[in-house]
Amino acid sequence: MEKQILIKADNLTHSYGGKEVLDHITFQVEKGRVIGLLGPSGAGKTTLVNIMTRQIKPTGGTVKTAGEERGGKNVPVTGIMMDSFGLYERLSVWDNMKIFAKIYGVSGERIEELLEKAELVQAGKTLVSRLSKGMRNRVNFCRALLKKADILYLDEPTSGLDPATTEKIHELILKEKNAGTTVFLTTHNMHEAELLCDDILLLNEGKIVEHGSPKEICRKYNSVNSIEVVLKNGETHIIPNAGESAAVLAKWMDAEEILSMHSSEPDLEKVFMLLTGRKLNGNEADYE
Amino acid sequence: MNNIRIMIWKQLKDTLKNKTIFIQFVMFPVLGIFMTKAVDIEGMPPHFFVNMFAAMYVGMAPLTSMAAIISEEKEKNTLRVLLMAKVTPWQYLLGIGCYVFFFCMLGAAVFCSLLGEGTAFYDRCEFLLVMAAGITASLMAGAAIGAGSRNQMAATSVTVPVMMVFSFLPMLSMFNETIAKVAKYTYTEQIRRMISALGEGQGENGNPWVIGLNMLVFGGLFWGLYRRQGLA
Repeated sequence: MEKQILIKADNLTHSYGGKEVLDHITFQVEKGRVIGLLGPSGAGKTTLVNIMTRQIKPTGGTVKTAGEERGGKNVPVTGIMMDSFGLYERLSVWDNMKIFAKIYGVSGERIEELLEKAELVQAGKTLVSRLSKGMRNRVNFCRALLKKADILYLDEPTSGLDPATTEKIHELILKEKNAGTTVFLTTHNMHEAELLCDDILLLNEGKIVEHGSPKEICRKYNSVNSIEVVLKNGETHIIPNAGESAAVLAKWMDAEEILSMHSSEPDLEKVFMLLTGRKLNGNEADYE
Repeated sequence: MNNIRIMIWKQLKDTLKNKTIFIQFVMFPVLGIFMTKAVDIEGMPPHFFVNMFAAMYVGMAPLTSMAAIISEEKEKNTLRVLLMAKVTPWQYLLGIGCYVFFFCMLGAAVFCSLLGEGTAFYDRCEFLLVMAAGITASLMAGAAIGAGSRNQMAATSVTVPVMMVFSFLPMLSMFNETIAKVAKYTYTEQIRRMISALGEGQGENGNPWVIGLNMLVFGGLFWGLYRRQGLA
């Protein structure tokens, strides 16, 4: 099946007060995939999302969606969840949703459907000012989905949330993914990226330092090339991932001694540190 | 048109729970009722308190409300979300402006009812027309302040002195000739003069050109700030 490109960013640059925030960024987003933009704070993630959602104009380069390329016909509908809530605190959850439902021409049933999906029905009449951060995030997420978007931009959707709420947001994102929505997600949480994303763009100081699927990226930087074997007697062995280990592995397998076996490929955090010398939370790495 | 209606509906819901804005709308009309009913000094000009408080109301309520609403929406990012939802800046401003105008005209109607039984229907209409012009000028000033401020605190630091000038000068000019010489260039002073000249009042006629000029200045200021930094 032919891949359908939904977003094309070509040679994007952006600068604030002489400082280059984005440096010649080029990438494509396929329809129906979850793309993760992974990088530490200040890497340029929000600027890139702001450009893609037309909130700011880039200093150079272009972003085009599939519809625009076809001359403005069938431009994909976008839903945006920003890092700040942008909710009316003196209004109830329902009224906040109703304002945007009226703007989009969406029915009250759609609001009900979304609140139910996000387990917010009980909080419908509650003022936003009385909601927890996690619940506000879910309201924000529901608002982004009001229009039945083709592309969903999520800027740090789980930043500062507790694990239970984070899991709920992840479930909602996965539901959207399964429904065929293209999701563009920015995060500095590598577990989130590994869990949700089909493709990853690793961004550091305004440059894409690596891209591909999480597994591809991790495999690419598997320089140690070894296997960790834990035996049922508690012993841990690290053996080369090569023919020379076949005999010893066969022996353990034959004796049914193996409890677990892992390849030594690094996770995204380690790859990022390897490439930039920085951690995804923004600190300097402890090792070279 | 639909988006303008939505902005009015949103603001109506919000203001009922926003005491700061709500007080702006009711403070001077209530004060006007109280003073007119409670104070009656011999030799006092006709509808003295209406003249004074109506001009102060025009200089204060629409200006502070408009600036407060816009700057709060900017600070809390709700304005940005609205604009991303394809509400145009003009739809937003018209919606908020219509809402504030309507509420301030309700206040003006209260002042109008205080003009006294002898006031002719024609004079009452003229009063409301003059108030409408003043409220519009104030709305433009408030929109300029809101558009030029990043957050509520920045807006308040500009709103308070501007509001003090426009709302207190008409009152002070009644007691001090030097102040009156300066105040005559403000729209609120011209409104006070127009109101005092109504019916059997003996005040000097106000100059509508000053009101128009004030509006032009506020409009120009708003346009300049809007061009430079947009609305959100």
